[in-house]
Amino acid sequence: MDFLRPASWEEALAAKAEHPTAVPIAGGTDVMVEINFDHRRPEYLMDLNRIGELSEWEVGEESVRLGASVPYTKIMEHLRAELPGLALASHTVASPQIRNRGGVGGNLGTASPAGDAHPALLAAGAEVEVESVRGSRRIPIDAFYTGVKRNALAADELIRAVHVKKADGPQQFSKVGTRNAMVIAVCAFGLALHPETRTVRTGIGSAAPTPVRAKAAEEFLNAALEEGGFWDNGKIITPSVAKQFADLCSAACNPIDDVRGTASYRRHAVGVMARRTLTWTWESYRGAGRTAYRKGGAA
Amino acid sequence: MRVNFTVNGRPQEADDVWEGESLLYVLRERLGLPGSKNACEQGECGSCTVRLDGVPVCSCLVAAGQVEGREVVTVEGLADYARQRAEGGCTTGACGTSLQNAQQWEAKGTDSQTGEGTELSPIQQAFIDAGAVQCGFCTPGLLVAADEMLERNPNPTDADIREALSGNLCRCTGYEKIMDAVRLAAARQSEEV
Repeated sequence: MDFLRPASWEEALAAKAEHPTAVPIAGGTDVMVEINFDHRRPEYLMDLNRIGELSEWEVGEESVRLGASVPYTKIMEHLRAELPGLALASHTVASPQIRNRGGVGGNLGTASPAGDAHPALLAAGAEVEVESVRGSRRIPIDAFYTGVKRNALAADELIRAVHVKKADGPQQFSKVGTRNAMVIAVCAFGLALHPETRTVRTGIGSAAPTPVRAKAAEEFLNAALEEGGFWDNGKIITPSVAKQFADLCSAACNPIDDVRGTASYRRHAVGVMARRTLTWTWESYRGAGRTAYRKGGAA
Repeated sequence: MRVNFTVNGRPQEADDVWEGESLLYVLRERLGLPGSKNACEQGECGSCTVRLDGVPVCSCLVAAGQVEGREVVTVEGLADYARQRAEGGCTTGACGTSLQNAQQWEAKGTDSQTGEGTELSPIQQAFIDAGAVQCGFCTPGLLVAADEMLERNPNPTDADIREALSGNLCRCTGYEKIMDAVRLAAARQSEEV
């Protein structure tokens, strides 16, 4: 094994081009487990910790550019207003020690269906900025996950940053596990209200081969909210609408039975989380914040 | 490969390090500092917790090469680290803990029951006084994590303590005595101010 220590992003891209099998390591919370357990013996290990810009973020007009290695702790502490869904999801990641090291770039690189960031990224709307010596491109989050632990990265590409849309309305994240800390999701659900466009977006974790959106459920809810004038009148969501939304979210799952839970449990739990997160976000929208949201700013 | 980094305030050099090796292995097997414990090797148990540039991390999940040029504090250096923090930084020329002292560090002193005669950090003394140690395997990781929390948050609520220690598993005490110990250390700390 060789240990590569690029001191700059350009050096990292050059090294990845020269050694496409090199495994990038940042927080190490996935990669080191595989090495410790002898599940993986990469020819090259490429440390990204020396590239300072990967641990930085910028808050722009429309979105936040989140460096691939920004640890979850920083997202929780500094980006709760801009990225509430992702901040909530970050807080459910493992333990303080892991949150101090792990970041969204690693979650995307591993592309496990159980990664905690995915539902929040899907719900908020995001683009993954990837680069190689051939050039840079932005992959829409919906096109990023291509299979179980597979993503749209080419062999010579590295994840540089994630561009996540700033919240224009309430967002929620919910996760089922056996306890609060140190738990991998049995299943998870993210929901974001987007009052500016009068749409909702969802993200489902750990209940299909990849993280997925419940698109039929989103379309149904978008239409129901529009039809009932809910965005303007701020009424309580009709229970039948919430139930139909929950059922459609369950239907969007394609889960498996495994040690953490059965497929039918996952479908059921996703429905429950969909209904709950809808209630939480809608209550928050109906509350003091609605006027602010309608003006177009998450004040 | 060779790795140069700072351990408990002193520069150290580890040789013949395998590229896939963890910081934990380097500390225990190459530098002779077995205070950080090796249990799950997957970041679940927290018994290998050290501070990397001040931040608590699982040393089993840090690749050795990643610590080049960086600062690590282990449980063996915790007493000196806490003392220097209380003194407002490094006041004398000899700061930190030498490798030899760290290798020989024990919470024994003249009385192993009370820790008397050994210089302990406040959190270590509180663990002894509250009876928060049974087999002791999880203790180093808990001490490092709890000490860092008290540095950041001198008046923690019970929820703060639980969250700060949520990455550290103990299989003997049931955590209540550990909670007592951290509350005790926090109370003593606020009395001193």
